[in-house]
Amino acid sequence: MFIHNLRLGAASLRRNVLLTALMVMSIGFGVAASMVTFAVFRAVSGDPIPQKSSTLFVPLIDNRGPEYNRHGEPPSALTYTDAMALMRAHKAARQTMLFPVGLSVMPDDPHHMPFKAEGYATYSDFFTMFDVPFQYGSGWGSAQDDAREAVIVISRALNQKLFGGANSVGREITLDDRHYRIVGVTDNWDPKPRFFDIFDDKLFADPSQLYIPFTYAVAQHIDTYGNNNCGSVGKRGDSWDSWLQGECVWISPWVELQDAAQVLAYRQFLDGYAREQRDAGRFNWAPNNRLRDVREWLDYQHAVPPESRISLTLSLGFLVICLVNTVGLLLAKFMRRAPEIGVRRALGASRADIYRQFLAEAAMVGLAGGVLGLALTATGMLGLGLVFQPQIARLAQLDASLVLLTMLVAISATVIAAFYPTWRAAQVQPAWQLKSN
Amino acid sequence: MQIKPILSALRRHKAGTFLIAMQIALTLAIVCNALFIIHQRVAHLSEPTGIDEPNLFVIKSEWVGAPGTERVDAMIREDLQVLRQLPGVQDVTPSNSYPLRGGGWDDAIRLKPDQTQDSSGATIYFADEHFIDTLGLKLVAGRNFRADEIGHMDMRYKLAPPMVIVTKALADKLFPAGDAVGKTIYLVGGPATIVGEVELLQAQSVSQWASAFAYRSVIIPERLAISLGSFYIVRTRPGQLDTAMRAAGKALFAHNPRRVINEDDGILSFSEVRSRAYESDRGMAILMGVISVVLLAVTAAGIVGLTSFWVGQRRRQIGVRRALGATRRDILHYFMTENLLISGAGVVLGVVLALVMNLWMVTHFEMHRLSLAYLVGGVVILLLLGQGAVLAPALRASRVPPVEATRSV
Repeated sequence: MFIHNLRLGAASLRRNVLLTALMVMSIGFGVAASMVTFAVFRAVSGDPIPQKSSTLFVPLIDNRGPEYNRHGEPPSALTYTDAMALMRAHKAARQTMLFPVGLSVMPDDPHHMPFKAEGYATYSDFFTMFDVPFQYGSGWGSAQDDAREAVIVISRALNQKLFGGANSVGREITLDDRHYRIVGVTDNWDPKPRFFDIFDDKLFADPSQLYIPFTYAVAQHIDTYGNNNCGSVGKRGDSWDSWLQGECVWISPWVELQDAAQVLAYRQFLDGYAREQRDAGRFNWAPNNRLRDVREWLDYQHAVPPESRISLTLSLGFLVICLVNTVGLLLAKFMRRAPEIGVRRALGASRADIYRQFLAEAAMVGLAGGVLGLALTATGMLGLGLVFQPQIARLAQLDASLVLLTMLVAISATVIAAFYPTWRAAQVQPAWQLKSN
Repeated sequence: MQIKPILSALRRHKAGTFLIAMQIALTLAIVCNALFIIHQRVAHLSEPTGIDEPNLFVIKSEWVGAPGTERVDAMIREDLQVLRQLPGVQDVTPSNSYPLRGGGWDDAIRLKPDQTQDSSGATIYFADEHFIDTLGLKLVAGRNFRADEIGHMDMRYKLAPPMVIVTKALADKLFPAGDAVGKTIYLVGGPATIVGEVELLQAQSVSQWASAFAYRSVIIPERLAISLGSFYIVRTRPGQLDTAMRAAGKALFAHNPRRVINEDDGILSFSEVRSRAYESDRGMAILMGVISVVLLAVTAAGIVGLTSFWVGQRRRQIGVRRALGATRRDILHYFMTENLLISGAGVVLGVVLALVMNLWMVTHFEMHRLSLAYLVGGVVILLLLGQGAVLAPALRASRVPPVEATRSV
């Protein structure tokens, strides 16, 4: 029976083609607009590290005080002084500090241009904290951190570029005239948005290509390739060393805490540290610290670009209008067939039959709208680069789940839109229709 | 035209009437806000930089290794010589940043050494004596730096030059009386005397966070000589931009290969810089435009569809009216007026919705208040759209012959 309904539905699509085409177009456009913007939104607002986002935290310490901080919030990174204090205290199961570095690669072949490889100066815990996958070798150990050793982990892509993809562990590379020993090659790993370095606006940056020990980078005076924020007060210094000891923030801190008890303990430790600093005369305000997990951090930093939210909101409004439109057109289409309904009812069709018939027809319209919507979505994906930054546009993909969602939204939305027109159709009085007007 | 019969007829088509009115209302709300977003973004991306954009390009050269400040400064000066000798090059200046770059050095400016609250934020541009001529800035007061006044410094040194040039926007903010030249301001490292004032030079970021000091810039007579590298801003003679851009990279590498100039953004013409800076603004404007156009089309199509249906339903009544002496024009007017009544109700509701939607965006996305002009414009557009959409079915209705009155279904 259901198949018969669908067949009748398909046949009725061919009747008054204009109305049907209008409906299919309106559903297609509405669904496509929503899907394209949703794809972008999904890409930029996803959880970049779902298995650990509730156990990784950013500890922040207010080194500016109520007079200079923004809206009472501590700055979004740490000073070298505070970063070192947290590392020394070692109060979390794992902890790391990081800042971006850009190192120059001079190829041996003089025909190749030198290029910058960007990455991070960090601690050995980085790789275990963020579940970094390895193609060859592994990260370095805490012994290398302490010894400020010139070791390096490079990415699969950089390894491909420099060593043709061979296992390069144990080999040496020269970056900015410094010789590093390769200890590991990461597999493709590029969490988006890059939650661990929001301070340097690297949310959607190209994948990192290398990692070197933080301790080595500082010992070698390798300057940050990212931001350095000095606020408006406090010592800045006027040389490398005095800058290092000054109140400028430039280091992103991360700690891993397994449960609520550890989180509470860490908060208490941070407050205790801030009180010590106050007693030592460095701060003259009450402890004002923050400890946010990955999702809270992304949220606080407004990681989702406003463009993506605005366009998603407007597209959903757009879909609603298209559906209101569809309700009107379906009403017109169904009520045109009042005489036919009357005849069917007089011949013994129940209201339920009418419902089935017309909802099946609506589903067919939705199906056609979904197919058109898919084509438009695919076209829209190509045009994404016009609207969003290329790094963001690249993230949005038309994958199987999006195709499925497109069809599902198209069909279910149309069927929901069809409820009122169908109800009206089922209310048709057989006797009225059988009389001539 | 009698309104009363139209209203009583509409009472028999409650659902359709309601749907058209709703569509008009929702469309008005979205189109108003979309047009307003377009207007804002376009206004934003038309802000002037104050520099000679058509003839400028920027080179980002980064050093290999860790040469010290003195060595870097020497290499910068050599590079400037190399660039100056290129055909088509009019002038060159080294800097740490340029307008529309998006990031760089912003700092606090104070009027007294012991002041705790800043007088203003400002963008810090490092420069030599060629900076003003290269960018094509206009000096409105005071003088340019002399070659012997240009120093060099590392990023972590004290920022305390003896003299600075400021933009008029900053001068007016700090010294409203208009006598900024000769006055002292305090940078983070100490006092500096204002020796000159340029008319217009945009700050390096056009983001929301930097809007507080959009045109307030300070020009420092120092070359920022750091291992990370430097920007060279090159001004070419009209029409020579492409030639000079192609030659610049090669010449620099031939002179000193121990450098990195990125392939994709190492050398950018200023029009590229501009389009990168305003990528998302332009994109939003395009997106909103597309959404508005498609939405208006969808709404028009919906009105056409429903009205055609009504005309079809009422052929007999129309025939009766024609038989009783109504002219074609009367029938046409009937449907046009009917649509005007429905659209009128729709736009009233739509105005309320548009304001609610805008208020929501104001609270969530740092949007401005919707201006009245956009509301009025949106209302007019939608009323015209309704009238336009109803025209075809109404004309078809007016062509219904009087004989229809005598036909049954």
